[in-house]
Amino acid sequence: NVSCQEDSPVFRFGRVTFMLNTSTKTPTGGFSFENTRRNAVLEANLSEKGYSAPNARKTGTTIAGLIFKDGVILGADTRATDDMVVADKNCMKIHYIAPKIYCCGAGVAADAEVTTQMMSSNVELHSLSTGRPPLVAMVTRQLKQMLFRYQGHIGSSLIVGGVDVNGPQLYSVYPHGSYDKLPFLTMGSGAASAVSVFEDRYKPNMELEEAKQLVRDAITAGIFCDLGSGSNVDLCVITEKTVDYLRGYDQPVQKGLREGTYRYKPGTTAVLTKTVTPLTLDVVDESVQVMDTE
Amino acid sequence: MNTRGLRSQLKDSVPVTGLCPQAGPYGVQDSLRRGFSSVKNELLPSHPLELSEKNFQLNQDKMNFNTLRNIQGLHAPLKLQMEYRAARQIQRLPFLPSSNLALDTLRGSDDTIGFEDILNDPVQSEMMGDPHIMTEYKLGVL
Repeated sequence: NVSCQEDSPVFRFGRVTFMLNTSTKTPTGGFSFENTRRNAVLEANLSEKGYSAPNARKTGTTIAGLIFKDGVILGADTRATDDMVVADKNCMKIHYIAPKIYCCGAGVAADAEVTTQMMSSNVELHSLSTGRPPLVAMVTRQLKQMLFRYQGHIGSSLIVGGVDVNGPQLYSVYPHGSYDKLPFLTMGSGAASAVSVFEDRYKPNMELEEAKQLVRDAITAGIFCDLGSGSNVDLCVITEKTVDYLRGYDQPVQKGLREGTYRYKPGTTAVLTKTVTPLTLDVVDESVQVMDTE
Repeated sequence: MNTRGLRSQLKDSVPVTGLCPQAGPYGVQDSLRRGFSSVKNELLPSHPLELSEKNFQLNQDKMNFNTLRNIQGLHAPLKLQMEYRAARQIQRLPFLPSSNLALDTLRGSDDTIGFEDILNDPVQSEMMGDPHIMTEYKLGVL
């Protein structure tokens, strides 16, 4: 059997298979599209049998941003979904980009994470090279150029907010590369619920506490009205002097308490035989990890 | 570095000749080196981004040079391309990974991080090209 791969023919000699790398091209980095044909064939085979290929985990989010008197407030929920299952009850959707610039990510979780990490590195290198603190507009421009280059296949919608020499700024960037600059923004599957709260109660130049309450209410509206958002509200307050990352600022959804105990009493099942086999083990390390049970 | 997308400069962009031209030196399928060919593999791109990513750097360079020529005159891109050509010659042996430091500095990509630095880093690839074949190919003996 000889495979039809592009640059490395496989030979079977007797019962030994070996691969000869006879490619004369120098290898380059970046995305490799070698497996896309194989994936298409696999998916076709699976769908014939009625199964479907696994999907990338999306965050199914509500993220929001607001400009108030002294700076910017970013808010996000903390649920990550995998189709209809909650994959992570307490994930962090507000990512660090620069000391005074933070970014909320919605869409595919891995894409948002990697994109923001790359942006953070690029911003650091750029500000070292120019010798100046970074601008929010610079982050937005690099993001939109990169997302446009990949034509929306990198599925991350982002809200970039921060304070720089031009004052507090807030931008939203969509997966295909378009961006908006507005005083308040929401993105994600719960965007409609959150933006309705903003449209109702937003005023320019709000005070800090009032603005925090408004963002909290908008994210809570997303948590209650959207199935893809849930758990806690995270806030990030960025002003010229300080950055306050309030993780778990509010927990509007508490897990319900059970009314009675549903465990069987010891002795419910009759014991027929009992054998004890002692294992001689040494305790090397003991650590306790608390799980969210009951 | 991404310049503005000037549509007028795109007329010189690299044409789409084919995804994996399997022709060897005599214009016929080179079965020994590249395996059997299949029409479906060659004609249809498997992923919409495959073609645009393959030529992305080339197209960017062409657009940048065209803009530079319009702004500063012919000598500017000529001089830069001469420097690129000189920097491209500083390489290790063909089967070893080269750092391309001079080329990166000229391009300005020594202080940016993109997917080509994170994914599929050639320095960490598990397969190495056959030293004899690659050197012979480079010297034109093959």
